[in-house]
Amino acid sequence: MSEKTYLQALNEALKLEMERDENVFILGEDVGQFGGCFGVTQGLFDQFGESRVMDTPITESTIVGAAAGAAAAGLRPVAELMFVDFIGVAMDQLFNQAAKMRFMFGGKATVPMTLRMPQGAGIGAAAQHSQSLESWFMNIPGLKVVIPSTPYDAKGLLISAIRDENPVVFLEHKLLYGVSGEVPDESYTIEIGKGEVKREGTDVTIVATSQMVYAALEAAERLKADGIDAEVVDPRCLQPLDKDIILDSVKKTHALVVAHEAVQFAGPGAEIAAMVAEEALDYLDAPVRRVGAPFCPVPFSPPLEQFYIPNADNIVEAVKSLR
Amino acid sequence: MALSKKTLIHMYETMNKIRLFEQKLQEFFAAGEIPGFVHLYLGEEAVATGACSVLTDADTITSTHRGHGHLLAKGGDLKLMMAEIFGRSTGYCKGKGGSMHIADFDLGILGANGIVGGGGPLAVGAALATKYKKAKDVTVCFFGDGASNQGTTQEALNAASAWKLPLVFVNENNGYGISCPQCKSMAVVDIADRAAAYDMPGVVVDGNDVLAVYEAVTEAVKRARKGEGPSLIECKTYRWRGHFEGDACTYRCVEELEEWMAKDPIPRFEAKLLESKTLTQAEVDKIKASIAKDVDEAVAFAKESPMPSTSALMDDVYA
Repeated sequence: MSEKTYLQALNEALKLEMERDENVFILGEDVGQFGGCFGVTQGLFDQFGESRVMDTPITESTIVGAAAGAAAAGLRPVAELMFVDFIGVAMDQLFNQAAKMRFMFGGKATVPMTLRMPQGAGIGAAAQHSQSLESWFMNIPGLKVVIPSTPYDAKGLLISAIRDENPVVFLEHKLLYGVSGEVPDESYTIEIGKGEVKREGTDVTIVATSQMVYAALEAAERLKADGIDAEVVDPRCLQPLDKDIILDSVKKTHALVVAHEAVQFAGPGAEIAAMVAEEALDYLDAPVRRVGAPFCPVPFSPPLEQFYIPNADNIVEAVKSLR
Repeated sequence: MALSKKTLIHMYETMNKIRLFEQKLQEFFAAGEIPGFVHLYLGEEAVATGACSVLTDADTITSTHRGHGHLLAKGGDLKLMMAEIFGRSTGYCKGKGGSMHIADFDLGILGANGIVGGGGPLAVGAALATKYKKAKDVTVCFFGDGASNQGTTQEALNAASAWKLPLVFVNENNGYGISCPQCKSMAVVDIADRAAAYDMPGVVVDGNDVLAVYEAVTEAVKRARKGEGPSLIECKTYRWRGHFEGDACTYRCVEELEEWMAKDPIPRFEAKLLESKTLTQAEVDKIKASIAKDVDEAVAFAKESPMPSTSALMDDVYA
């Protein structure tokens, strides 16, 4: 076990899986010598060569579609889009092809591909390079949606994603690449669809994903000063969603705040709030509160961007509003 | 090109199989017995037959929304196809795909596709997998004149050429993208000209001549198996029916249709086979009767098959 960044954890997952299974290969823009837009594939080109770490033309449809085609033909591609925002260019290949092949072919196709995409605001990249689009993917039967927050989770979940027999959308947050944590050197997996309680508490459940897990943990520390003991639950995956971990926590705390960086309207929080309302309403002592981004594109100018991104203040405020 | 009698007869049978299968679909669709919509391949049989006759079961194809011909030519089972199109649980996709989404991975059929231009990137992936595994198989990407204008198709041509993939792009130029004639949708006359932009061979063939298609695809497949990269073959043909069954076809004139129907690929090939004494008239009649019987059996199989149980709805969403 040693301290590693989220980025190193991802890189290690890729390396270990490529060493383990020769059918695993990487394709995407600048993933080769350049090492990936944010550096996640660094060193892999030198170790595995260009046939396994393939630089593609700037053609998102072909990156995603070729991954689906290669997966259907027996390989285990890990495709990278430089930014999740580019998925619009390739959406047909993801949601009409990769996600639907198995079902519409009556179970004949198996599409074990992983699609890694960095998302999130915070680096001044403006509206077309900063979105959080997880609710798009959650809404498409056939896809799995993984959204890890810690280096430990990132490594274990990426290994699971690569080994999964389905198309897995793997959403990384740009601001998390530099975050450090304890990560074992060896290979390990985390079950896709199993969340984790990141902080135990008794008074309120804060369900948070990706970068918002850190905002929720900060909020929990601040709430402690006010005598509120918050539990922070990270589902880690949005499809399948670990309903039990959320429901169990709500049954214990009787209050729920959901926090994510995606736009609040029709975001993942809407699904989680509705699920809790349907399955655990009687346990709630107050209405569910959601913390998400405002319904506008991500702005460029730093003060606007910082205002746009939900933070610990928003979560503290949401928790206090329950009282 | 000297072809064996067996191959020639197989081609003749395949073309007739596609023709009779689809005429039956036409009949049952008109009678309201087929759900959804069907896009018929009538008149284009020589393309799928010529191209697939070059391939083995290990070679793969990606197909289009007008895919029955490709699937049958690649060896697709009449009964399983018919049952699927009738929405039955015994169909290729257990009634979940229908006409536009039939696949048989054992036969290298990677699926028909409801999205125009959807197949190009998938074909790139399949061909990439072949190259990755250092196998000698080839992928054929069927696509129409409409799909040739989609960005995905151009991306696929580019990537396949840049990576020298064992991929043969077989364009079926039937003159229309739904109701839009080629002259209104592109400035070029020959789609094959676009091959030059990707530094690959681009060939125009008479798509109603099964032997011409076979020859061109044979050359392209040879090149692909040798690792020399992709080719683009444009097969000029014509869609006898509307875009879909029920399409009134107000956008084209009867004379044009008649002109092309006079170039029917099946009697044309039949005349050659009779003339070269590859087949006798009696053998021709026997082949047709035998296929008609198979198609009727397929219909009976489909109609006798149960509809899928609603309890199967959630199966196969995930592996």
